[in-house]
Amino acid sequence: MSTLKGRNLISITDFSKEEYLEVLDIAEGFEKNPKQKILSDKVVATLFFEPSTRTRLSFESAANQLGARIIGFSDPGGTSVQKGESLHDTIVMVSSYSDLIVMRNPKEGSSRYASEVASVPVINAGDGANQHPTQCMLDLYSIRKTQGTLENLQIACVGDLKYGRTVHSLVQAMCNFNATFHLVSPVELKLPSSVKMSIKDAGLKYYQYTDLKDIIPTADIIYMTRVQRERFPDPMEYERVKDSCILTADMLAGCKKNMRILHPLPRVNEITTDVDSTPYAYYFQQAQNGVYVRQALMAAILGVR
Amino acid sequence: MVVSAIENGTVIDHIPTESVYQVIRILGLEKYKDEVLIGNYLSSSKLGKKGIVKIKNKHFSVEEVSKIALVAPFASIIDIEDYKVVKKFKAEIPDHIEHFIRCANPKCITNAEVVPTKFDIVDKENLKLRCHYCEKFTTKETMKFTE
Repeated sequence: MSTLKGRNLISITDFSKEEYLEVLDIAEGFEKNPKQKILSDKVVATLFFEPSTRTRLSFESAANQLGARIIGFSDPGGTSVQKGESLHDTIVMVSSYSDLIVMRNPKEGSSRYASEVASVPVINAGDGANQHPTQCMLDLYSIRKTQGTLENLQIACVGDLKYGRTVHSLVQAMCNFNATFHLVSPVELKLPSSVKMSIKDAGLKYYQYTDLKDIIPTADIIYMTRVQRERFPDPMEYERVKDSCILTADMLAGCKKNMRILHPLPRVNEITTDVDSTPYAYYFQQAQNGVYVRQALMAAILGVR
Repeated sequence: MVVSAIENGTVIDHIPTESVYQVIRILGLEKYKDEVLIGNYLSSSKLGKKGIVKIKNKHFSVEEVSKIALVAPFASIIDIEDYKVVKKFKAEIPDHIEHFIRCANPKCITNAEVVPTKFDIVDKENLKLRCHYCEKFTTKETMKFTE
């Protein structure tokens, strides 16, 4: 029996390296055969307290393809939350209606708290700027699928490394796999020292750059991120740095053949559309992989894989 | 300065001078309805100058000692019964604390709903606390006690 049965997934550090790999192996099976009605007696609650396109749709698609029924909301407007109901009461109530809760909430730490009051497992689908572990799992899946391994890779992270939670989680996860990190960002958006400390603690190396061109020949994976307007308290700071890490097709001459470009999406202008038709673009397949990984997580946590 | 001994209660000794009134505040001693003796800027061989607080008929819980340790990490706690020292120990910063510190992250769930705070102390020397919920750090500079 999997160790994942009945577990919560709140933070990327909740699972061991072996457990990540177990999820990725299960996801491979779903990629080959995604429509399996193994959750037809289960109800999955998707509680989205703030807007989401990819994450919510991919969870709901994953659950639907496994035959689960879905309850929930994509906007707290019109629910008891708007009447002032506490998160505690909402979660206790939804626990009694469902077998699994998938939650996104802008308050940081809300998913951890929900997992402590829920009587069913909780999967964190993003709690503000804190954690988004299923994004990290699908990033790992995409890296392994394109490189054939997760071990000993040259990982370049580009863009908003300060506020981008997907980068923080990815770096933490890849510290388990002997990666070397190449960090490209404007000076204002460097990776926080606490995350760099994780790299050092793992005995691994990182290099910092301000020019994206410098890492093109080295990287196995270029993980691009959007410079997110909503993370900046000062709009002037956003305007000043937003265009500093843009990847275009002509920059890719001289890259490794196995190199692939990932992006958690949505993109704005940080990858120009001429990159989409190159063999290196992988971000749309990456989003598709999210369905298989979320199928694997739900199936493992609900004890049917 | 000579301060009378107490028959029963607790003496908190070796408090840094700047922390004496904070100790009073976090222990809620302003509202304590028995004798409380406060001394500050007393000569100390260890600290140069120190503070001391004597509280009659009061013994502190583990949680209260943890609070003292956070603001006065080298304080001595001396339990007195019948004018005799029955226990003397250092206030030590625990590995984990609950309830009485606010998370410094305004976006943390503990600042939005009635959720008791929990922290792991990741650096006792520089006093760095990691929130169990939002995973952000609260430091000596940003630390506030709950009301």
